[in-house]
Amino acid sequence: MRTVPITARITLPPSAQRGEVVTVRVLVRHPMERAVDAPGLTPVPRKILHTLRVTYAGEEVFRMALSPGIAANPYLEFTTVATETGDLVFAWEEDGGTIYRREARLVVT
Amino acid sequence: MTVLSRRAVLAVPLAVAGASGAAAEDFAAATRAILAGRAPAEGGIFLEIPPLSENGNSVDLSVRVDSPMTAEDHITAIHILAEKNPFPLVATFSLTPRAGRAEVATRIRLATSQTIVAIAETSRGAVHRATREVIVVLGACVETG
Repeated sequence: MRTVPITARITLPPSAQRGEVVTVRVLVRHPMERAVDAPGLTPVPRKILHTLRVTYAGEEVFRMALSPGIAANPYLEFTTVATETGDLVFAWEEDGGTIYRREARLVVT
Repeated sequence: MTVLSRRAVLAVPLAVAGASGAAAEDFAAATRAILAGRAPAEGGIFLEIPPLSENGNSVDLSVRVDSPMTAEDHITAIHILAEKNPFPLVATFSLTPRAGRAEVATRIRLATSQTIVAIAETSRGAVHRATREVIVVLGACVETG
């Protein structure tokens, strides 16, 4: 399985206190090609990011199943409890099996 | 050649009608699959989406569910359904008590004016549902007419 980097903007607070609920915002660059087949259009095969898994210090904390009904350049906002200083790893799986990965560090004081 | 293109033109409305009928069926099937025979409570879940969108290509949506988010009682999943989209199940968010709050936001595509449904499942087996009517001026799907 190929793992490649992807352009994404991940927004986290600069630091958080232990037990604090932090809001995570993530915007990823992807066309979310949904195979529109209409007269006058060249058909393009469907190619979307269909799953996003978020792990925090190695443990999965959030998962999202995406469909062609998610806008291009998918945006997501969710929350997580700050437990320890560690990496939030975002792994998007695309149609065809490619996995895109980005990481962001959450500093817990 | 003339016959072929005429056929192609005639086939278009049929294909479109078939697609919308299938979407309605998919929506009912997707809703049934999530509810699994449970009756949804209409409270405790808040779905925010603009009542009128100029453009269906990107519509902001957020869902918040009242839940203590403890190990015994938390939200396990939030589903977003759009009744008249070609793929009615737009997104499913899987949550754990580590989320702290049951709150998610994203941007979706809307084919046309329709009903948006958010369904939340709790770890105790209860389901909550919120419904919003939205008007979409310019849909996200390619116009064939």
